Amino acid sequence: MLRLPVIKLTAGLQNGRIPVARLHTTSSKLQQELVEVFIDDKPVQVPPGTTVLQAAAKVGVEIPRFCYHERLAVAGNCRMCLVEIEKQIKPVAACAMPVMKGWRVKTNSDLTRKAREGVMEFLLVNHPLDCPICDQGGECDLQDQSMAFGSDRSRFVDINYTGKRAVEDKDIGPLIKTIMTRCIHCTRCIRFASEVAGIDDLGTTGRGNDMQVGTYVEKMFLSELSGNIIDLCPVGALTSKPYAFVARPWETRRTDSIDVLDAVGSNIVISHRTNEVLRILPRVNEEINEEWLSDKARFSCDGLKRQRLITPMIKINGKLEAVEWEDALVATARAIQDIAPNKCAAIAGKLVDAEALVALKDLVNRLGGEVLATEQSFPKDGAGIDIRSSYVLNNTIAAVEEADVVLLIGTNPRYEAPLVNTRLRKGYIHGEQTIGVIGPNVDLTYDYEHLGQSADIVTQLRNGTHPFSNTLKSAKKPLIILGVDQLTRKDGAKILSETQLLAQALGENTKAPEEWKVLNILHTRASQVAALDVGYSSTVEEVKEQQPKVLFLLGADDANIKREDFPNTCIIYIGSHGDEGASIADVILPGAAYTEKVATYVNTEGRSQQTCAAITPPGMARPDWKIIRALSEICGVRLPYDDLAEVRSRLEEIAPHLVRYGAVESANYFAQALELSKQVPGSLSSNPLEVKQETLDQFFMTDAISRASQTMAKCVQAVIKQRESNL
Amino acid sequence: MAGAIVRNFQVPRRQLGFLGSSLSGQQQRTFADAAPEGKKKGGPLADQDRIFTNLYGRHDWRLKGALKRGDWYKTKEIIEKGADWIINEIKISGLRGRGGAGFPSGMKWSFMNKPSDGRPKYLVINGDEGEPGTCKDREILRHDPHKLVEGCLIAGRAMGACAAYIYIRGEFYNEASNTQVAIAEAYQAGLIGKNACGSGYDFDIFVQRGAGAYICGEETALIESIEGKQGKPRLKPPFPADVGLFGCPTTVTNVETVAVSPTICRRGGAWFASFGRPRNHGTKLFNISGHVNNPCTVEEEMSIPLKELVERHAGGVIGGWDNLLGVIPGGSSTPVIPKSVCDTVLLDFDDLVRVQSSFGTAALIVMNKQTDIIKAITRLISFYKHESCGQCTPCREGISWMYKIMRRFVQGQAETHEIDMLWELTKQIELHTICALADGAAWPVQGLIRHFRPEIEARIKQRKAAISN
Repeated sequence: MLRLPVIKLTAGLQNGRIPVARLHTTSSKLQQELVEVFIDDKPVQVPPGTTVLQAAAKVGVEIPRFCYHERLAVAGNCRMCLVEIEKQIKPVAACAMPVMKGWRVKTNSDLTRKAREGVMEFLLVNHPLDCPICDQGGECDLQDQSMAFGSDRSRFVDINYTGKRAVEDKDIGPLIKTIMTRCIHCTRCIRFASEVAGIDDLGTTGRGNDMQVGTYVEKMFLSELSGNIIDLCPVGALTSKPYAFVARPWETRRTDSIDVLDAVGSNIVISHRTNEVLRILPRVNEEINEEWLSDKARFSCDGLKRQRLITPMIKINGKLEAVEWEDALVATARAIQDIAPNKCAAIAGKLVDAEALVALKDLVNRLGGEVLATEQSFPKDGAGIDIRSSYVLNNTIAAVEEADVVLLIGTNPRYEAPLVNTRLRKGYIHGEQTIGVIGPNVDLTYDYEHLGQSADIVTQLRNGTHPFSNTLKSAKKPLIILGVDQLTRKDGAKILSETQLLAQALGENTKAPEEWKVLNILHTRASQVAALDVGYSSTVEEVKEQQPKVLFLLGADDANIKREDFPNTCIIYIGSHGDEGASIADVILPGAAYTEKVATYVNTEGRSQQTCAAITPPGMARPDWKIIRALSEICGVRLPYDDLAEVRSRLEEIAPHLVRYGAVESANYFAQALELSKQVPGSLSSNPLEVKQETLDQFFMTDAISRASQTMAKCVQAVIKQRESNL
Repeated sequence: MAGAIVRNFQVPRRQLGFLGSSLSGQQQRTFADAAPEGKKKGGPLADQDRIFTNLYGRHDWRLKGALKRGDWYKTKEIIEKGADWIINEIKISGLRGRGGAGFPSGMKWSFMNKPSDGRPKYLVINGDEGEPGTCKDREILRHDPHKLVEGCLIAGRAMGACAAYIYIRGEFYNEASNTQVAIAEAYQAGLIGKNACGSGYDFDIFVQRGAGAYICGEETALIESIEGKQGKPRLKPPFPADVGLFGCPTTVTNVETVAVSPTICRRGGAWFASFGRPRNHGTKLFNISGHVNNPCTVEEEMSIPLKELVERHAGGVIGGWDNLLGVIPGGSSTPVIPKSVCDTVLLDFDDLVRVQSSFGTAALIVMNKQTDIIKAITRLISFYKHESCGQCTPCREGISWMYKIMRRFVQGQAETHEIDMLWELTKQIELHTICALADGAAWPVQGLIRHFRPEIEARIKQRKAAISN
């Protein structure tokens, strides 16, 4: 319904329902002649089609608004942005009205101010006076704007006779609390749901004063992006349920950080108070998450307080007992003592930072071990991890929306990387993107061509024997996104090599610009790219074969690592949560979670970013690299770094891009990787491509933190309940 | 609501508060007295000049009867004369949109007559006649549907449209049914459809019934409704002539405007222009309801004096002309005019603007002195409150608030200064919304305060006195 190709053909359309489309499609036409307009007598040159509001922003005049949001379609219904245009009798809605040549906009005239004051008064007529108990207090647009633009006294005497409108609250799930009486009907949430999240569950019912925003029928608003409507809501109608009545914004401190619960590396702000993470909000980063955040990243922060390892533990008589650091480290050192070469190994988990990875690698190497594994295996045949282009999302996340034909192989980006999926949806809605999927037929929030589930379709596409290959070949900017889970299959190397061959064929075939990269791997684990970058090349299977004497589990909580597989191994778990890994450990060394340390992570596109410590680790827990550093000293193989700066210079030695924060280190050597992968033996298996997360309930709990989160557990329950309700 | 909501284009300047009063002197000259030479008033219409000859359904409304009355006569020749000829003829006739806004039809149609960019063009007929007091389109739809069908073809040809959608108010079941029958007859007779009338021009007509929302008479809400969405007005620009129905260039016109166009083309634009004062040409269907002895719908010449219309066709005001309190001249959204104005005012666009009201749909609601005018206006506000779509803040919140105040005014349960506050409120509502529904709700209240303020004050005093006793 949103995709209106016919409308987009019209050159005359300068605004209206699909302004985002305009922003994207006309960006190339910006070279057109500029028109001059005057904002409060300040001249400004803008391209034709610019709205009054955008033109005003250009000269630093901010026009108040409620319904307008630059990432959503223009609704133009709150009327707060009315401004006077000289020689026009009607004030115009600045958010929707394209400027005309020579217009003199008056954003502070009597007419404008009166119009604003009037709208403000109308909005407040039926808005409850419950600011003292409203969670939006302090960050409420209505509050702020009524102070700035509203009248200083009330004329609403009817409250003595009739009172205000009251609206029944709706239950739309465990994340979002609704107080619908506060709603000002800006419809931002509705537009977000239908445009960005791709869920048409929200809408309005009723007319006039009885209009209500809701879900039509009593159902929950379940989306992997639902939390964003809390940020979008300009008033306190939609607030966070887990955060209800927790804190006021002025009481909290804010620390900029990044999210590590998927491999996207969304930028976040951690709100904390008295050494407690209260909530997580998105931070704008146009390159990565724009200003959205997935629900897992936003709401699983209560998992940071539960199931935590707060003290070192040693298994004594088959039972884990809490001990002092000294005892734990000495016991560990004793187990490591006189270890034979190559009898020491490590497995790194999902949430591990680059510093800890490097420290552990150095330690294991010094102890004579070579087997450094990640939970998720990566094929070593062909180029393996030697050439970076075969394991990162080469084309960058932001460029995904520019592609005209996308092929998804064995991935469900909606749950594996929700904010990559929003890019795909954006490309689909505003950029006429065609999307083909090899893998299970899942709901991706946009229409796609389902090509099948078999891996050899990739080969068929290259040979041109598949009907979709014509679409791919005619693409100007083709894009292939390969789910990293497929590489853990037995024929993973072959899938990768077939995909590389297809990507190369497409790259040659089309007139894609030089910097356009067809081949992209989508990771699901925040630690994976950094681990591959620093040389964690083994698989869990290899560790099992090797049967090491000492095995370090660095936050490794994969259920595939079982005690039975390591009968005579001393397992040392370094991590933050008492999850799968800790339960099989002989020694537990409590580490810090991502909110408690300054640490480096590399996201799926190869962008290095760092978290910041918002709070201190609980109890006796310490940042992971410090634990490893301390252990090394007791073991007699002292690691040569004493502070973070020194660790980072070690990082720089191994891989310089790890400390170039914020920048994407683009990969190259595509041709060489291709040559190497041509030699990959074997054939594609006939097993269908599967993805791990097919439905929403599988999205919420994927790692130690989200498994410890009660909120996430409630979400899973809600999804299951919703599924049973038939609505 | 083929009514006032469409009145986006022309806002009577007199209603612009302080601005209006400063301009008023000048406007009186420009609009009425300084009009170009021509008729000074409209007179009674001769029978041979009536366009709608089956207005009362006394004859056969089907194709056979329509042919007898001259419909579909030489339609092929008209079509073959081409778009420019038709548009020119409409321009000569001075026809102004009959839906309320009074936009010159020839000009509106010519907006569509530009080179195609590959998209089809559509003609949409607004038969969502929901404006209280208005009942002209239903007479056409049920008693003279062939005039409309033929008009669709001619107007469609003028715009280069490939199809027409006739959107008929949900409550008009019989009207939609008759129109549908007429369309079927026209298809069978080869008058529309492929090679319409043998002219080589293909033209389809579809009927779409509404579901009873007044707001769907606003042109963009109507388009949304045909597209299957909630009937909520769209932002303009883009105007429907650029992006309208299904994203294609569209013109939305009133039933009556289209239905008179075949006759204009047959009898010539000059014939049509010979009626009414300059800039207000033609004949018009007037609806007279309320406190008259004989409420009726009648076709009359434009610029007929109000008094003459009421006395000649509606049998006069109940209790005599001197018992008249006021008239709402153009459907419920236009400001009421008191008797003193009614004595002399002419019924056309310009003269009603002169007296700070509006011609609207020419649906006169006559109220005699037995009317509780405050209650009557309150009832209208109640209607607008119910029909507001709820998109824009001023309309959604403002009209309910206005209604609350008006209800207290009916009882006299208010303070005198609240009258000024109410006036301010109407100013805060009008011109601040996407569509003109809010304006249509604000104007009746403005009319009330402008002309009947003493009544409100008296009621407040009366109640105060009753309480203190």
